[in-house]
Amino acid sequence: MFQLVQRRRWYFLGSGIFVLLGFAIMIFSTVATDANAPFRFSIDFEGGTIYELDFENTITETEIRDIFRTFGEDNIIVQQVGASDDTEWSVRSGFLEADQNGQLLDALDEAAGLNRDNSQFDSVSPTIGSEVTRAALLAIGTASLMVVIFINYSFRRIPNSLRYGVCALVAMGHDVMVMLVTMSVAGVLLGWELDALFFTSVLTVVGFSVQDSIVVFDRIRENVPKYLGEPYETIVNRSLLETVQRSLATSINTFFIIIAILLFGGPTVKQFIAILFVGLVSGTYSSIFIAVPLLVAWEKGEIPFIQGRSAAPTRTARA
Amino acid sequence: MKLQRRWLVFIALLSAFSVWMALPSTNGTSLDLNFDGEAETTIEQPLGLDLVGGLRVLLQAELPAEAFTEQELRETANSVSRRINSLGLTDATVQTRGRTRILVELPGVSDPEQAIGTIQQTALLEFVDFGGLGGQAISLTGQQILTDEQNRVFQQRLATAPDEEERTRIEQLIASRNVNPNTGQPFNTVMTGAGLEAAAAVFSQQEGGWLIEFELNDEGGDVFGPYTRGAIGQPMAIVLDGQVLSAPTIQAELPTGGVITGNFTEEEANTLALQLRSGSLQIPLRVESTQQVGATLGQESVALSIQAGIIGTTVILLFMIIYYRALGVAAALALLVFISLNLTLYKLVPVTLTLPAIAGFIISIGTAVDGSILIFERIKEELRNGTPFDEALNEGFDRAWTSIRDSNLSTIIVCTILFFFGQTPGASIVSAFATTLFFGLVINLFTAVIVTKTFLSVIVNTAEGFIQQRAWTLGV
Repeated sequence: MFQLVQRRRWYFLGSGIFVLLGFAIMIFSTVATDANAPFRFSIDFEGGTIYELDFENTITETEIRDIFRTFGEDNIIVQQVGASDDTEWSVRSGFLEADQNGQLLDALDEAAGLNRDNSQFDSVSPTIGSEVTRAALLAIGTASLMVVIFINYSFRRIPNSLRYGVCALVAMGHDVMVMLVTMSVAGVLLGWELDALFFTSVLTVVGFSVQDSIVVFDRIRENVPKYLGEPYETIVNRSLLETVQRSLATSINTFFIIIAILLFGGPTVKQFIAILFVGLVSGTYSSIFIAVPLLVAWEKGEIPFIQGRSAAPTRTARA
Repeated sequence: MKLQRRWLVFIALLSAFSVWMALPSTNGTSLDLNFDGEAETTIEQPLGLDLVGGLRVLLQAELPAEAFTEQELRETANSVSRRINSLGLTDATVQTRGRTRILVELPGVSDPEQAIGTIQQTALLEFVDFGGLGGQAISLTGQQILTDEQNRVFQQRLATAPDEEERTRIEQLIASRNVNPNTGQPFNTVMTGAGLEAAAAVFSQQEGGWLIEFELNDEGGDVFGPYTRGAIGQPMAIVLDGQVLSAPTIQAELPTGGVITGNFTEEEANTLALQLRSGSLQIPLRVESTQQVGATLGQESVALSIQAGIIGTTVILLFMIIYYRALGVAAALALLVFISLNLTLYKLVPVTLTLPAIAGFIISIGTAVDGSILIFERIKEELRNGTPFDEALNEGFDRAWTSIRDSNLSTIIVCTILFFFGQTPGASIVSAFATTLFFGLVINLFTAVIVTKTFLSVIVNTAEGFIQQRAWTLGV
């Protein structure tokens, strides 16, 4: 039988290095970029206005900045969108009152003919931003708690059910970490902003990541009484090998559809879908290479400060 | 494998109905649900603002939540709604959000300034006591004055101002307004626009201009009648949002109504009459967030999303059929049922489709075959272990069920949490995604297991000998 679980130290080492690298990038983003934080936060959390502007005539970045300056917006981010014909721009500014905003759009229209049917803006006050932040943190906390309770409940008949929940949670944490690191890197390299949809992708991945883990856990639940007398490690390894094909088959269908949206879908939800994709790939990896090996490591008392079932207290102290 | 005829008939009827419902050409058809000859509902797929284009405005009460009741907020929302309707925007939706906010959605609106201006006009109309001012009354016409009523609102705003800057701004606003020169105090408000029953713009030959005729309701008459009787010969000001429109002298007791003059143009008179008719907003509102989407932008996004969905679905169908052969054909058919069931539900519930909602739906298509895959892998495993063909099929469905149920449930839990997260104004796009993904997961429990099983039993029953002799037809 192929030894998958037995090589667990390598997986833990690999993920550990990745997480450390991720922290390094977040520190870099905080210290060395103008984001001054591990991520660039969108107007969803900070308040402000995003304009997607489509002009009939060409307009320069300086002209756009000058117009915004007359409304007291000195510190804006201006980006050119699409082809290089200087007619499509994306601008992020502070929050403007409705009448000011209207006058601003009129001024832009006067400068280069604003194509209103093909333009949009999204304006959020700082108050709303802080509410979204609070709600997002609450949602993440509730979701983690509910998932642990849920797994604990569905495995209540087998010994050490709490372990399954915690191992799934660690795998989940791994996926969230991978998504955060990706977001941070994309923020530094591509200027991506962390928005409400990012939290949506995180929570969705949390749901799916647990789905993958449950399939393997379920098989372990079934195999433990079937192979009584076999070492736990072998049973787990057997269960993993038996289910790896279906884990990959289910994931691959989700990947097909997500790649289709990335390649052929509109630009609006692309960032969301891309982050979701990264999270789902990580979720497939982590349920096979983190959640299940961790279960074995725990059982054998290999985790520092946590006592396994067969481990003597002295050994735990040493580890 | 036994063919469950009842399920087959049920699924066939359900599929036929849902395919018909899902077709775009069904939109606009009237449904008579209780067969009384009158249509109750019309089939329609509501589309979100990001798809049709338009304006979304979140309004925030300028008073703290303790200063007004929920009823008053609803009445304010109704006033906003009446004003919008009077602009001819009948597709608009106005909803209260929480205790202090009102959400307005205006599909197709491309001039945010005018729309927001109309909504936000507080149109606080006051009849103000100018008694004892004599000639000074005329010089105050057109000026901004401070009245009891406005002072009350200002003080409440001061008490709840978020920072010093805002307090200073409000204080300057108060200081800039004229107070009663005789007393040094704010002017006395006799009655607000709430006392009006009706108002209309009329052209007066006598006055040589436009004026507004108004009728008082009972409460208004109870206040205005006695006041005017006691103040005949004295000036009285008609004040709109702090500005003195006119300061006529009271000629007679006015217990039922009167006219407002103020050198109006025809347009001004009509607007003011409209504002008076639609009621002054009980609660002053400020714009908290605005979102505007150009109409063509949304249409392009829909087309691209549909394209992505069709391509992704085709790849999945091919994968399932190539990888799982006969089993895959059953799953592929079940996936088509899944898609039409979802689209049907969106129209029946109804679910407003937005870009994130479409993304949620497309992703649920990606996960819809998960259940079938768990079952098929189980069947193949049993077959490899030498389990007889018929038994292997049944085992596959029985054994995989707990995995399918548990793994779907975890995502259903997360979707529920996401839905509540999306109730926060500012994260509303999230609930659309959560809703479609949720429906997808629930329908999936039905299609991946029961529908797939029924289709598979049809295939097996028609070609059992052929399939049994050739293991490749099952992908083993």
